[in-house]
Amino acid sequence: MTAHLLKRLIIAALTLVLASIVVFAVMEILPGDPARLMLGMNASADQVEVLRNQMGLNAPLVLRYLHWAAGLLSLDFGRSYTYSVPVIDLVRERIAVSLPLALIALALSTIIAIPVGVFSASRQGRAGDTLAMGAAQLGVAVPNFWFALMLIYLFAVWLHLVPAGGFPGWSAGIWAALKSLLLPAVALALPQAAILARVARSALIEVLNEDYIRTARAKGLPYRAVLWRHALRNAMIPVLTILGLQFAFLLAGTIIIENVFYLPGLGRLIFQAITQRDLIVVESIVMLLVAAVILINLLVDFSYAIVDPRLRAIPGKVRSGFPSGIAPKQILRAVQRFRETRNRSRGRQ
Amino acid sequence: MSLLEIENLSLTIGATPILKGVDLAIAPGEVVGLVGESGSGKSMTALTIMRLLPHLARAEGRVAFDGIDILGASEDQMCALRGDDIGMVFQEPMTALNPVKTIGEQVAEGIRWHTKAGRADAEDRARKILDRVGLPEAKFPLSRYPHELSGGQRQRVVIAIACALKPKLLIADEPTTALDVVLQAQILDLLRDLVSENRMGLLLISHDLAVVTEMADRLTILRRGEVTEAGDTARTLSEQSHPYTRELALASMHVPARPRPHPAGSAKPLLEVESVGRDYPGRRKSLFRPAQPIRAVDDVSLTIEPAQSVALVGRSGCGKSTLARMILALDKPTAGTIRFRGVPITGKPESALRPARRDMQVVFQDPYGSFDPRQKVEKLVAEPLHLLEKQPAKAERRDMVAHALQEVGLGPRDMDKYPHEFSGGQRQRLSIARAIITRPKLVVADEPVSALDVSIRAQILDLFAELNQKLGIAYLFITHDLTVARAMADEVLVMHEGKIVERGRAADVLDHPHSEGAQALVAAAPDLHRAIARRLQEQG
Repeated sequence: MTAHLLKRLIIAALTLVLASIVVFAVMEILPGDPARLMLGMNASADQVEVLRNQMGLNAPLVLRYLHWAAGLLSLDFGRSYTYSVPVIDLVRERIAVSLPLALIALALSTIIAIPVGVFSASRQGRAGDTLAMGAAQLGVAVPNFWFALMLIYLFAVWLHLVPAGGFPGWSAGIWAALKSLLLPAVALALPQAAILARVARSALIEVLNEDYIRTARAKGLPYRAVLWRHALRNAMIPVLTILGLQFAFLLAGTIIIENVFYLPGLGRLIFQAITQRDLIVVESIVMLLVAAVILINLLVDFSYAIVDPRLRAIPGKVRSGFPSGIAPKQILRAVQRFRETRNRSRGRQ
Repeated sequence: MSLLEIENLSLTIGATPILKGVDLAIAPGEVVGLVGESGSGKSMTALTIMRLLPHLARAEGRVAFDGIDILGASEDQMCALRGDDIGMVFQEPMTALNPVKTIGEQVAEGIRWHTKAGRADAEDRARKILDRVGLPEAKFPLSRYPHELSGGQRQRVVIAIACALKPKLLIADEPTTALDVVLQAQILDLLRDLVSENRMGLLLISHDLAVVTEMADRLTILRRGEVTEAGDTARTLSEQSHPYTRELALASMHVPARPRPHPAGSAKPLLEVESVGRDYPGRRKSLFRPAQPIRAVDDVSLTIEPAQSVALVGRSGCGKSTLARMILALDKPTAGTIRFRGVPITGKPESALRPARRDMQVVFQDPYGSFDPRQKVEKLVAEPLHLLEKQPAKAERRDMVAHALQEVGLGPRDMDKYPHEFSGGQRQRLSIARAIITRPKLVVADEPVSALDVSIRAQILDLFAELNQKLGIAYLFITHDLTVARAMADEVLVMHEGKIVERGRAADVLDHPHSEGAQALVAAAPDLHRAIARRLQEQG
């Protein structure tokens, strides 16, 4: 088991290095000279050249990469071209908005999706199932910014329960801050919950056909107890997989949602940075997001072992990291279903 | 008074009739066998008693258990009965337990649910029943997970769950079909003891007449949802007054005709296996010591001559399938050499193996899993043809497929069908057709009939015998079923814990086993003749 975890950890680290190379390379290829951008169109070529030297932009590529990567490791992301403050300060401020937002959205989507999935699976083919899955289909198809607008209209404009946008800061009190994150979190969570509920439903339906469900029923447990105690945990592996995959989309969603709700988060920062060609900020945030996605998927990997005892006792040499025949099949199927759902919804947009 | 009374039970699923007017009764302490081929409605009868039928199933008639009208009972009443007064054991122990819960949790769960006992109390009782079914605490603490147990051990856990609250009726649906004969004998012994200890009624469902004869006082024979005959086991089977009973009994003892047996030592060997071994990496116990390898096959030598039929018998896990994989060059031995037609096949690259692959084909156990469901029969049966030196043209290929299908008793018209359009027996014919299309010299058959019903099984054995006589194909049968070995083999090899412990003419080995491994197998193997004789003797 420790060997397995270690292997996963190493793979995650390598992925991170690879991602950093790609991010760096893409930023290098993009047209536009940051020094010219900072000095404005009227600056002379000499001035630009001086600044380029100052910023280290004339150093060899590999050296610049290493310098940048070493900076990342020590949380020194460099200085923003437009704001002229250390990027880390910008990020620290914004992450205090975006991280809670993402976590609340993730929690919300799970809290909504699992009960809906269980509900649907236990009423497979009946009216309740059709209704819930119809709603989920709608949730998958409707873009989150539209949800966001509807939520603002309903809860902020009409009912005056929450502010329509903006963020008072954590210093204004936890409740006030949370209140302004609530609507954006719901807007982010709903489409995620819709996909997750579909995955949970199909995973559960598959598990409910297993022999051990019959064994549990033969023990005298009522259907509901069998569903929650025996079926759900077995259906968790595909659900967790999708949860991990979805996280990347959740982060992408925050860029739009933060703009809709006027939240000073990472999403808005990266959006602004892109329009202002503040490449160093873009690079840093992209790397942060990549790290977050890798971290979440690493956690998902570890959580498999918590959910399924068969994955705890893996000797070092098992090929896929799973004992033969259990998890990968389930996971592959879940991923496939997830992709189908997503593509269908994209086609509609 | 009867414990369970089923009268005129009819069952339909959707528009399909499953059971038609079934009658069955079980008294306390009585063992009743329910026999029939697949699809005859045995399991559905059991699930009706448990009221665990699939959706859309409609049952009519009367099912009374201990005075309770089962078909009219509420779901709450049924939950109270299930697991408390009626226990059930299923066919497939490998999947019958929840993989994410410990065996302790799973046994104690039912106890807690029905008796409202506290956790400690329930675990105490779970411990006792696990001890009783032969899983002592020292080796099997409650904290074990199902995947840490073997098939036989898992079936003991399932029996513990079913018998934890001393039910009045136990339903066992093919409880030993997935186990090897030695485990089967142990599990049947356990069930017999539990019945006599608790005066429990037992409904034993099986397709195996010999097993039922050994266990049941009375038996009921089902065919296509109808009871064809019911009565005292010994009398029913010795008199065989109903033609279907006779058919079943004959089929389960069927020995195909092989007018020209092939004694050993009459020709140059086709296959030579010379002190072959296979190690698997074991689990590492410490970070600093290398893992102890597991020796699956240990210094095995054997020869097979052209047209000779050899059976390799042994318990599950004894290494027989590993050996077969090495003979088929699907796995590499860690020691020794294998020669086919005098040419070594060990350590050869894939390209050099083509002639051997062409002359050596395989038939697997599961006729459902071994075909790609999206391909037509023509393509499936023609699969091995790519091994030929000269690729046949399309028309020629169709001819060859048609011919192979004819040889296994199917028609050329079946070529354009898909696998799902065939029954289990027909699918096994397809896999035999696929195996013989390259005119191989040797066919390795891994449990080729153990997934089939007795009458189908008899037909497939006949087919094997016929092809052996007509085409001179040599066979290596891998099986834990001694009746197959007796019916089909010139020579029998007994494998035990990776080693070949006994070999000789089939009748010699099976009638007078010398080694411990072989004796255990022979003693445990159910035999219809012996069982009927014993029953008659007991009754005087």
